Amino acid sequence: MNMKPMDLQELEKRFQEKIDKEIKIEPNDWMPDEYRKTLIRQISQHAHSEIVGMLPEGNWITRAPNLRRKAVLLAKVQDEAGHGLYLYSSVETLGADREATIDDLHSGKAKYSSIFNYPAVTWADIGTIGWLVDGAAIMNQVALCRCSYGPYARGMVKICKEESFHQRQGFESLVTLCNGTPTQKAMAQDAMNRFWWPSLMMFGPSDDESPNSAQSMKWKIKRFSNDELRQSFVDATVPQAEILGLTIPDPNLKWNEETGHYDFSPINWDEFWQVVKGNGPCNKERIEARTKAKEEGMWVREAAMAYAEKRALKKTA
Amino acid sequence: MSNKEWPLWEVFIRSKQGLNHKHVGSLRAPDATLALANARDVYTRRSEGISIWVIESNNVHASDPSDADSLFEPSDTKVYRHPTFYEVPDGIKHM
Amino acid sequence: MKNEALYNYVLRLGDDSLILGQRLGEWCGHGPILEEDIAMTNISLDLIGQAMSLLDYVGEIEGQGKDHDALAFLRFENEYRNALLLEQPNGDFANTMMRQFLFDAFRKPLYEKLLESTDQQIAAIAEKSLKETKYHLKHSSEWIIRLGDGTDESHQRAQTALDLLWRYTDELFFETADDVSLVASGIVPSMNEIKTQWSKTVQSVLEEATLVIPTNNWQFEGGRRGIHSEHLGFLLADLQYMQRAYPNMKW
Repeated sequence: MNMKPMDLQELEKRFQEKIDKEIKIEPNDWMPDEYRKTLIRQISQHAHSEIVGMLPEGNWITRAPNLRRKAVLLAKVQDEAGHGLYLYSSVETLGADREATIDDLHSGKAKYSSIFNYPAVTWADIGTIGWLVDGAAIMNQVALCRCSYGPYARGMVKICKEESFHQRQGFESLVTLCNGTPTQKAMAQDAMNRFWWPSLMMFGPSDDESPNSAQSMKWKIKRFSNDELRQSFVDATVPQAEILGLTIPDPNLKWNEETGHYDFSPINWDEFWQVVKGNGPCNKERIEARTKAKEEGMWVREAAMAYAEKRALKKTA
Repeated sequence: MSNKEWPLWEVFIRSKQGLNHKHVGSLRAPDATLALANARDVYTRRSEGISIWVIESNNVHASDPSDADSLFEPSDTKVYRHPTFYEVPDGIKHM
Repeated sequence: MKNEALYNYVLRLGDDSLILGQRLGEWCGHGPILEEDIAMTNISLDLIGQAMSLLDYVGEIEGQGKDHDALAFLRFENEYRNALLLEQPNGDFANTMMRQFLFDAFRKPLYEKLLESTDQQIAAIAEKSLKETKYHLKHSSEWIIRLGDGTDESHQRAQTALDLLWRYTDELFFETADDVSLVASGIVPSMNEIKTQWSKTVQSVLEEATLVIPTNNWQFEGGRRGIHSEHLGFLLADLQYMQRAYPNMKW
């Protein structure tokens, strides 16, 4: 075919027109390099977060207090593996290699949600992670269902559908604790005290500190800013905490009649950046656990591959 | 010893009898048997399917999006292929 | 107890599922590849589900109002009746798959026979569990074949696992004098039948996997009588932690 090669500007213009018209971008469509790179970075970070996120909760599977909770927790952590996989599968449609992006995670080059660097030390943490951490994640993910990149948006739709039980099971577990003995209630409050601020940090830096945000909004990878999503989360969560009878650890939290939102204290961004940079309580353990799983699984993957190759040879022989 | 990663497979699921298999995503597997097993475990955790197809991704051949106008637009002008193109007198039924 | 023979029999079934389900749960988040992590968790979930139904029935037979949780979490170590095989540590993936395979090859023919049990409840549990177990056996067989006939390293690891775990296989077919009465009334099958089936499956899969059954047939037993290996105590310390540390609370 003899078509005059379109110049880059023209391609970019058409690309943006498609985005503006809400036409989804699909894997083989032309896209600016930066768009591709941004998506690879964001989706793989998202996938890594699902996988690393299995660890704090997974650490309670063997200790769940009854068999129903054990089954629920297994199913939930398993979903996270599934969600990681759906996301890696969207990254691969962009020409990135899943195992290579995982190696970037292990080398520290790729990031993941900072929340999973906090330890899950009591059973109440499991309910709290479901309620607050999954609650915050869902806020983000619902917005991503309309992302301009087709495979990511479709993956998010599937994930959101499946995740609706994650937050509920967490809340239900906390209802049980809060209606239980004083020891249980105290356990729930303690978990709340530790997870509240890290959950708010999950939405990322403030809009004025978030350099990639504007471009991502223009490309409709993002639909809402970090601060908007954080505010929606606070607004949705405060009444839920009231129902549980838990106190949110923020003396300045109060309803603002004028804005129609809750006001809250400034976030400790020093802590956020320290955790992102590797200085959270569990960064080292999380990466070590994932690296170990990959290294110790290598001979298994090789064995299956070697067997498949032998079989293929036998067939053609 | 082989040091390659497992190949990528595309997964198609028939959600119920009477419907087509539909693409749902991809996964890694060393061969077709394990690809089917993995697809079952990854993509049908909530009774999403009753039948699975897996196809190694490098066996899928796709049309080039930049050819889309020459491939698909010509049929847009062939309106006579649609029943609404034809006028029938009022009162005609079952047509 | 009115039906002690039945109580003991169903307790063994329930404890096998419980302890293996617990062991497999340890893999969650640490599997050799994401797809297999998900697969092992599915098996763990099936087993925990089976344990719930079986232990509920045990409580019903006992008639003291105990549910599956009271039985799963609040017994002493020597009251668990699982086979020693199932409490063995996960070890590497070859060890986990070999333990699974040796057990699945036993569980499948057992459930097939229990399907015909004159005890309605056992038959119903067997029906649901058999579907799950068939898949488990296929999964573990496929892996044993791939590991055995994969690379030199995987072959070596699979053979080591087989040598180690073979010593716990006879105990799966443990049968008491009481069980004979259950067999006579058509509630459970005789273990002889099950063992014949098991041997057939095990031999054919191991042969395809190019693995060799150890010539030394020295066997361990004890779990069925409540005498366990050192490993069970640690497993129970995890399993029972919450119920022991915070007694009499709802979760």
